[in-house]
Amino acid sequence: MSEDVKDARGMNRRRAMQCLMWGSAGVLWTMSGGVPKALRLDGEAVAAEAGSFSFAQISDTHIGFKAPANPNPNGTLTEALARITAARPAFMVHTGDVSHLAKPEQFDTAAEIMKSAKLDTFYIPGEHDTIEDDGKLFFERFGRAKNTGGWYSFDMHGAHFVALVNVVGLKGGGQGMLGAAQREWLEDDLKSRSASTPIIILAHMPLWSIYPQWGWGTEDAAPALDYVKRFGSVTVLNGHIHQVIQKVEGNVTYHTAYSTAFPQPAPGDGPGPGPLKVPADKLKAMLGVRRIDVVADRVALRDAPLQA
Amino acid sequence: MTVYRKNLATTLLCAAMLVALICGAFYMRPGLAASDAKAAVTIDNYAFGPGTLTVKRGTTVTWTNKDDDVHTVKSDEGPVAFKSQALDTGDSFTVTFDKAGTYQYICSIHPHMQGKIVVQ
Ligand SMILES: [Cu+2]
Repeated sequence: MSEDVKDARGMNRRRAMQCLMWGSAGVLWTMSGGVPKALRLDGEAVAAEAGSFSFAQISDTHIGFKAPANPNPNGTLTEALARITAARPAFMVHTGDVSHLAKPEQFDTAAEIMKSAKLDTFYIPGEHDTIEDDGKLFFERFGRAKNTGGWYSFDMHGAHFVALVNVVGLKGGGQGMLGAAQREWLEDDLKSRSASTPIIILAHMPLWSIYPQWGWGTEDAAPALDYVKRFGSVTVLNGHIHQVIQKVEGNVTYHTAYSTAFPQPAPGDGPGPGPLKVPADKLKAMLGVRRIDVVADRVALRDAPLQA
Repeated sequence: MTVYRKNLATTLLCAAMLVALICGAFYMRPGLAASDAKAAVTIDNYAFGPGTLTVKRGTTVTWTNKDDDVHTVKSDEGPVAFKSQALDTGDSFTVTFDKAGTYQYICSIHPHMQGKIVVQ
């Protein structure tokens, strides 16, 4: 992989490897001046540009899951990480549901497997991680926040990342919830950033209403997202629904992600959003990881299933 | 003085026993009869079934999770608060309702899942 060797057809081997690793089914979006468009992205060319970087998103690893939809979530997580590390991202984000039942041993196993990637990893919790204790155990192990709510932000290569928690203190009849305290913090956190800073928002439950009947949305996403309207490039990375769905709204692009554990049905397809049991040879085509390339204020995403 | 006191104590004791007897006759028996009652709620396809369950006071209600996903049972509004642990597939949770009233509850991680127990 270190040498670019052209094969007989003139395709360089490095490119060929990357196509193999990331598959042709990947969905690609870019954002420039608020105009999103599909983009054919040559990873090598991007890497050569100054100030650019790549990171990986992994989501819904559900370590501890035992139902028939995937008898081996540890194995599929290991495969997902191998795929991620092969593309050598700068770091990784995990958008929640690290564990299935928030049990200490499940967090231990997840941390142990995640460690094999040898990548700096930024976590946010999913509702499965907070089910027993509002996330106390999760934040002890994976948290980075200075506040008790667990939300935080960080800067990477000129981009500003916001890691939100929308899975605690949920109200009857509702969906995900950020809460007034977190929204205030967000307003304050974004206030001093210049409008040209790429903003990347992480939240487990979708920050737009995908299917409220199944709770696939966040009640107070709209007032929170008012604070990002002045920014030229905003990318929202969610998990929770175990499939890739995207939406563009003004300067904001929204993306849910694959799970590495089990797929879920398309919105409204069937009686409920329960784990989807598919034939064993089809499972890995419905699990996957995401690579995100940031070049100046352009953000390009590639979703790669574990199997084409 | 001692005798008087003894008599007073005896009188009080007798009164207490009488009250207990009357209470037993009018209040405890229905309570005892109702406490044998059992009712079930099934969690299936991200819904509580039946969505509204009406029971007599003292009834023991058991929720059983038949989904491949995890759920909880958490009171939202009502005379007494309750919350289950995470219920994995096949797990159950039981509450005995001694106080009459309407209990609204949710799954704390899927709050669109709502249910109601009416205790008469
Ligand atoms: Cu639930």
